[in-house]
Amino acid sequence: MNYKSLGHFTALILLVEAALMLPALVLSLVFGEPRATEAYLYTLLIILLISGLLLLLSRGEKADDFYEKEGLACAGISWLVLGLTGALPFFLSGKMDYIDALFETVSGFTTTGASILSEVESLEKSLLYWRSFTHWVGGMGVLVFLLALVPRSKHGAGFTVHILKAESPGPDVGKLVPQLRKTAQLLYKIYIGLTILNIILLALDMPIFDAFCIAFGTAGTGGFAITNAGLGGYSPYIQWVTTIFMFLFGVNFSCYYLLLKKRPGSVFRDEELRLYLFIFLSAGLITGISSHAAYGSWSETFRHSFFQTASVMSTTGFATTDFNLWPTLAKGVLVFLMIVGASAGSTGGGLKCIRLNLIVKDLRCSLKEMIRPGRIYPVRSNGRLVHESVLKGLHTYLSAYVLIILASFLLLTIDGKDLTTSITAVLACFNNIGPGLGEVGPMGNYGSFSILSKLVLIFDMLAGRLEIFPIIALLSRTTWKHQ
Amino acid sequence: MKIIIAGAGKVGTTLTKALSADGHDITLIDNDREALSSACELYDVMGMEGNCATLEVLTEAGAAEADLLIAVTNADEVNLLCCVTARELNPRLHTIVRIRNSEYTAQILAMKHVFGISLIVNPEYSAASEIARLLRFPGFLARESFAKGRVELVEFRLKEDSPLTGLKLYQISDVLKTRVLICAVMRGSSITLPRGDFELKADDRIYMTAPASELGGILRELGVITRKVKRVILGGGSLISRYLSTMLERDGIKVQIIDRSRARCEEMAKFLPHASICCGDITDTSTMEREGLSSCDAFVALTGLDELNVIMSLYASSQKVPIVITKQGHIDELQNIIGELSLGSVISPKQLCSDIVVRYVRSMRDNSGDTAVTVQTVAGGQVQACEFIIGPGAPHQNTALSELKIKSGVLISAIFHKGQVTIANGSSVYQEGDSVIVISTESKNIQRFSDIFA
Repeated sequence: MNYKSLGHFTALILLVEAALMLPALVLSLVFGEPRATEAYLYTLLIILLISGLLLLLSRGEKADDFYEKEGLACAGISWLVLGLTGALPFFLSGKMDYIDALFETVSGFTTTGASILSEVESLEKSLLYWRSFTHWVGGMGVLVFLLALVPRSKHGAGFTVHILKAESPGPDVGKLVPQLRKTAQLLYKIYIGLTILNIILLALDMPIFDAFCIAFGTAGTGGFAITNAGLGGYSPYIQWVTTIFMFLFGVNFSCYYLLLKKRPGSVFRDEELRLYLFIFLSAGLITGISSHAAYGSWSETFRHSFFQTASVMSTTGFATTDFNLWPTLAKGVLVFLMIVGASAGSTGGGLKCIRLNLIVKDLRCSLKEMIRPGRIYPVRSNGRLVHESVLKGLHTYLSAYVLIILASFLLLTIDGKDLTTSITAVLACFNNIGPGLGEVGPMGNYGSFSILSKLVLIFDMLAGRLEIFPIIALLSRTTWKHQ
Repeated sequence: MKIIIAGAGKVGTTLTKALSADGHDITLIDNDREALSSACELYDVMGMEGNCATLEVLTEAGAAEADLLIAVTNADEVNLLCCVTARELNPRLHTIVRIRNSEYTAQILAMKHVFGISLIVNPEYSAASEIARLLRFPGFLARESFAKGRVELVEFRLKEDSPLTGLKLYQISDVLKTRVLICAVMRGSSITLPRGDFELKADDRIYMTAPASELGGILRELGVITRKVKRVILGGGSLISRYLSTMLERDGIKVQIIDRSRARCEEMAKFLPHASICCGDITDTSTMEREGLSSCDAFVALTGLDELNVIMSLYASSQKVPIVITKQGHIDELQNIIGELSLGSVISPKQLCSDIVVRYVRSMRDNSGDTAVTVQTVAGGQVQACEFIIGPGAPHQNTALSELKIKSGVLISAIFHKGQVTIANGSSVYQEGDSVIVISTESKNIQRFSDIFA
């Protein structure tokens, strides 16, 4: 294990975090919130001390070896450290105890949006801003951000791609352009562009502060609201704009790149995008029709049904209505959407449409082979053969996914809450959605769970965001052993 | 620049390494997934699996917007088809194609014209010419020419009894009775750009710039007795052997080729009517003795196996063969790994080919005249020597070198001014129109003349 490079990288991540925290500090001064200001200043001091210490320890020549395990460990450690230090403003301002602050922050960075607060309006505005901003930072990934900033290194240049792979969701992450740094810059340019567009459209009909916070939550597919009513209190216009943008941020960003390159043909033939759109439209219609009785008009019904569908499917987790009160069919569809999630290479979480697509195809081919032994049925996606290693990776991921969810569910049942609450809490956290059903529904919160359950859910959120392996790698002895 | 490299073999990956270090956008195409993914992990490039000669793969690799295509798959015909297809997509595309089959040699110029190829490279042919050059002018392990052959960078190994052993650098001009500059010294596997108080030891590998006209005198002062090479034994009947034999025969040097495969020997005999070709095992010392190894003037190890080449060269050295040359194929930095052993000169076809392509790419990037006209790598790729022509806008003209702030690990070694070679010292100056030879260590990545200043 290349400890020096790892320490250096972690220090850089902390410095980036400190820089990203500065706007929140300024806001606390503008809004006149002395306790928050104090908390930010102490946090910055602690972050600078730790990163200074790490830089000191990792100074000098770095070894050249930077391979898969360094890439994975780098992603895992960075996210852990990000959560641990990002929680300090909430803790130091005295708003919550440390575990709750950690839960809230990890939920922010992993773009989950699960909250332990029963009512958010009492939180200082600058803290609300920081809470929403963590979504934006975590959405595209802070390591990708760092990769866009740092100049290309000579040694192990190619292996830094493992950092991109570790942080960007999807079974087969690739670069958009040959150089990693340019790829990272491109991703952030698209991300920033879409976010600004979203802010402008929202600011037409809501206060500018709210527009920023909601746009951050939408862009990162996070879902922290800044009012107790979620997005229910805003105008239908705001709700539709948010619906559209939640959908857009759940699309693979390489599609936008191809659009920019004026190659729309390959975008609209993309199997994952088609599946994503198909599931979104049909789920919106089904939930709408089945929950129509609760609302006055069809336009209101579909506004709510499509909002909730986009919100859960893109794994954002905003709500305009309490879908806990929907009929079982509509709730069933939502649970299905929780698991499916958004697209690979987007800011969303979940299993991803591409994996669903591959699982179904792989299953069909395997069944055919079982019925007619000796025949060869290769799996194709987008007209191209899917390589054996991708399928193997898919199976590994699925097994880990199911096992972790089962284990977390068992641990959560210790708290004695009902089954719906326990299982949807795990699903909502692991898939980075936020609200589940039952006690953790859109109008509820995670505050009443025990510390053990909260820690389990924090683990789930991190494992879900980084697609399991970087977090597992941190816990594995092979990662840390020499040789 | 946007560069597409077709073929992730030996030459392909060497090029990928060199060109990605220069900061180009590289897309690497190969139909072998394993080769591709290992190259993509080592270097910051994009990989694409598929047949590089198809319109589909080339389109997806972005041939329409690319500046340069380098086709180096193992089949000449595929390389040509790849080039033709890509030019169909993008007529402005520069193309570099590897053609190594000797049967095509006669029609190379015609092919270049017909297929619109910018540059044809042939690593085996380049290696053969390099070896032939060493054999024509024996005495040094390597020789690189600059300034139209007026300045030379030579490599030699210091023997125990050499008059230079134990001297400090500032003393050597007196011994050699001429101005030379020792630019780099390899001790073990580490390379230094030495200062004046550096002390030379036996077994150091020395890289020295000197005026070409003085080399004969220097060899005499060093006590190296050079005989004209009359008889050469080539171990292994490879493509390089075939090219090399033709070249040496033209110079009237007698060539003996030994290979263990009868079929290959017969094939060689068909093409080389004058060479003496023997079917036998080169690992068998009695075969070698029968062929007169100990009395020959030079031995060149050219089999396809690096380890066999190494063993054969060691054996030839032990038999006191005056000139030993070893071909290096797969193992990178062979020289650094076994720097202590006497392998004689090490020739790496892929490195030679990469030097040629890198030179072409650098001159393509910018026509301002600030780029190197010659790029040579020595010491197993650890040291780079570049020749720059000073343009009208070059900085610090007419300033004494001792007053310039030049990056550490970079050194101006010689200045060629109006037909006159000056080996650089603190008071030297350069002017517009001069050729300047710059020596740098691998990590400095000097591409333009202005890059040398701190």
